[in-house]
Amino acid sequence: MKSFVFPEFHIIRDEAKCGQCRGCERQCAFGTHTYDPVQDRLISDDYKCAGCQRCVVFCPKDAIEVRPTQSPYRQNASWSREKMEDLKKQAETGGVILTGCGNDKPFRIYWDHIVLNASQVTNPSIDPLREPMELRTFLGAKPDFMDIKSEGDDVQIETKLSPNLTVETPILFSAMSYGAISYNAFRSLATAACKSGTFFNTGEGGLPMEMREQFGKCAIVQVASGRFGIDAEYLNCAAAVEIKVGQGAKPGIGGHLPGEKVSREVAATRMIPTGTDAISPAPHHDIYSIEDLSMLIYALKEATNYEKPVSVKIAAVHNFAAIASGIVRAGADIIAIDGLRGGTGAAPKVIRDNVGIPIELAISSLDGRLRKEGIRNRCSIIAAGGIRCSADVIKAIALGADAVYIGSAALIAMGCNLCQKCYTGKCNWGICTQDPRLAGRLNVDIASLRLSNLICAWSHEISEMLGGMGINALESLRGNRDHLRGVGLYEWELEVLGIKGAGE
Amino acid sequence: MEFKITMPRKRRELYKKDICACSIFGAMNRDGDRFTGDGVMSAIANMHVRGNGLGGGFAAYGIYPEYKDYYAFHLMFTGSNSDAKRSAKQDFDVFLCENFDVVYDEEIPHGDEATVSDPPLVWRYFVAPRKCGDETNLSDDDYVVMKVMHINTKIENAYVFSSGKNMGCFKGVGYPEEIGEYFMLDRLYKAYTWTVHGRFPTNTQAWWGGAHPFSLLDTTVVHNGEISSYGTNRWYLEMYGYACTLQTDTEVIAYAADLLMRRQKLPIELVAKILAPPIWNCIDRMNERERRLFTALRMVYAPLLMNGPFSIIIGQTGKMIGLTDRIRLRPLTAATRGSMFYLSSEEASIRLISPKLDSVWTPNGGEPVVGKLNNMT
Repeated sequence: MKSFVFPEFHIIRDEAKCGQCRGCERQCAFGTHTYDPVQDRLISDDYKCAGCQRCVVFCPKDAIEVRPTQSPYRQNASWSREKMEDLKKQAETGGVILTGCGNDKPFRIYWDHIVLNASQVTNPSIDPLREPMELRTFLGAKPDFMDIKSEGDDVQIETKLSPNLTVETPILFSAMSYGAISYNAFRSLATAACKSGTFFNTGEGGLPMEMREQFGKCAIVQVASGRFGIDAEYLNCAAAVEIKVGQGAKPGIGGHLPGEKVSREVAATRMIPTGTDAISPAPHHDIYSIEDLSMLIYALKEATNYEKPVSVKIAAVHNFAAIASGIVRAGADIIAIDGLRGGTGAAPKVIRDNVGIPIELAISSLDGRLRKEGIRNRCSIIAAGGIRCSADVIKAIALGADAVYIGSAALIAMGCNLCQKCYTGKCNWGICTQDPRLAGRLNVDIASLRLSNLICAWSHEISEMLGGMGINALESLRGNRDHLRGVGLYEWELEVLGIKGAGE
Repeated sequence: MEFKITMPRKRRELYKKDICACSIFGAMNRDGDRFTGDGVMSAIANMHVRGNGLGGGFAAYGIYPEYKDYYAFHLMFTGSNSDAKRSAKQDFDVFLCENFDVVYDEEIPHGDEATVSDPPLVWRYFVAPRKCGDETNLSDDDYVVMKVMHINTKIENAYVFSSGKNMGCFKGVGYPEEIGEYFMLDRLYKAYTWTVHGRFPTNTQAWWGGAHPFSLLDTTVVHNGEISSYGTNRWYLEMYGYACTLQTDTEVIAYAADLLMRRQKLPIELVAKILAPPIWNCIDRMNERERRLFTALRMVYAPLLMNGPFSIIIGQTGKMIGLTDRIRLRPLTAATRGSMFYLSSEEASIRLISPKLDSVWTPNGGEPVVGKLNNMT
């Protein structure tokens, strides 16, 4: 059937510069560029281009430019180009439209409507290059009271403390499984997490045997609805265990790793036969209620001898704050919430673009809810989904999060350009693919350095902003909404965020 | 035709806090001998320029020996005129009589010639708790705290600003020496500990309830500085039932001291390490036992870290404690002379009333200086 969809990108090749080295042809897994030996020149097919910019960056002669095309249609506020072309694709295939990465629609980004405070006169701002600036954070349950016994100078803690994760900076790598991303990308995240004093999350693809000893101590291992790759050693080699209930990009939806991505190594790690589809059901089929979740939480605590915090990750949806409070009471030590803009390797586009609520509002309402119930100290909150820079991190913390997960930001640091074609398995940057030829492009040393540089840079920026507010320990900003003001927000939005308007 | 969307303005509950730069002074006789307030009044007057006349106050311990078994409530009734103040008092009296047995009450005597503006009606009551129903399970202190929180949040125009036994706070809008004269502290009262505060508020309108000291039961706090962590401290304390109503950041220190010292029974040395903990660089270099303790304290009580510049004097029955923030951004000087123990923003004020001193020192940031009555058990 002839497709009526226009190309999204236009490839401009400067023939004068092009040396016919055929580098672009090798770089593109989508087959955009082909060499014509008769004319001795390269031909580009706009229809195949994903806009990932790989060929542009790696052309030795800088001969290629890839530009988004203008809409060819008559302007129509209702029937946008995207709506029309999605509809055409469905008419041509009869299928669900898949996509990758996070929601790209123009929902209000609250981070950009919140401004931070700084000290003037009455409170000296602090120079983080001269004075200590402390970002260390503990993730896990804290007791209401701490009983101590003191005999002279000897002070003993009587209260049994719950296990906590210690992070040197409040930024963790979000769950991205081996299988969804390449081994090199996965290992780069692990390497950078260990180097930066933080944690990476295995997603539900298991943790390869040979990585357990070295990287287990900075891993949060996930237990999700497919139960892939889980055994006692997997749970016990890790720093913490996370039960994944939902994901911001696709709340209410399961996962599907197609058989062609299940290589021998992925299969061994997931503990499934090579080449079979790895399907994670939408719900956990042993969790149909909060009491079932509680049983799984305690089963995992039993399996790990109560030595590791157990986290529960849910997507931020309409009534999630009440649910999260139930999850805390069910025994979770950490609640990870994933907002509307959370990323994915593959999701139905209609779900990604229409389900869930923005993370900024979610942090505030969850923090407020747990405070009102007097149980805020019994869990930590990790916020995920749409954290783009250090200012977003510090605003999330002032709104009430203990730390954040970054997914897309980490991928961008490694080279991702958010072309949203993750589900094809043809990632030219070697990140979201199992093709050994493509995956080999990602150098673990370089990618992990780029990741640890990112964490280092953001931590410096967070210290600068904290110092400006006259605060020298991050815990004094947690839930401290005094230091935030809203600009250009409606009254109800300020109310939900729990912040004053600028100038108030 | 143009449509305009107007959003209704809802009244949001907003955090309010007040920032001040101030002078603080404390004097204690560790033998328990009581003395009048004229010395501390001249000492604080010596730091006149550290305040701006928008607030001053005193806490005095040991002033009501004849009623020492009863809670002494100092009440402030505000209103636009004397009738309004009287009617606020009437509303309050109804509540008080339902919940307490009042042993004695009177208007707190004051000198009318003193130069203070717009004084509220200030009254004192000596009371014993009258618990009923489930409340009988509460300790007397918990019962009083609960009722004080109720009065300060629910009863309009009535503020309890002092609620301990055998002690009292006196405060208002004016320079501290003027407040001292207004309440005739140099003539009418004798205390073994006096703490004083002169205020220089920088953002809210001055009101009598906003002056220092802040108190709950017998814990009083005078404070110089700004608590940048106020929002964090506040939500944590709210979880434990402390309502922050007085629109100032100093309140949270009084409540934190009450939570940690009275309810959780932690010794002051540890409380100081919660309010102003050592930095991680130091903790990481400690021996195993100390590292475990300090790590646990910072982990569990992180929301009670008082961040920002401060020096404070905490008063309690039989105790006076000085503390500065952990990087010492506000001044505090300690001194002793015989049984006398002094704390002050400036050394000159101590020298003014006690020119000869046995020892004078500047405490390190985050390290508490504690004066205790010698005969305390």
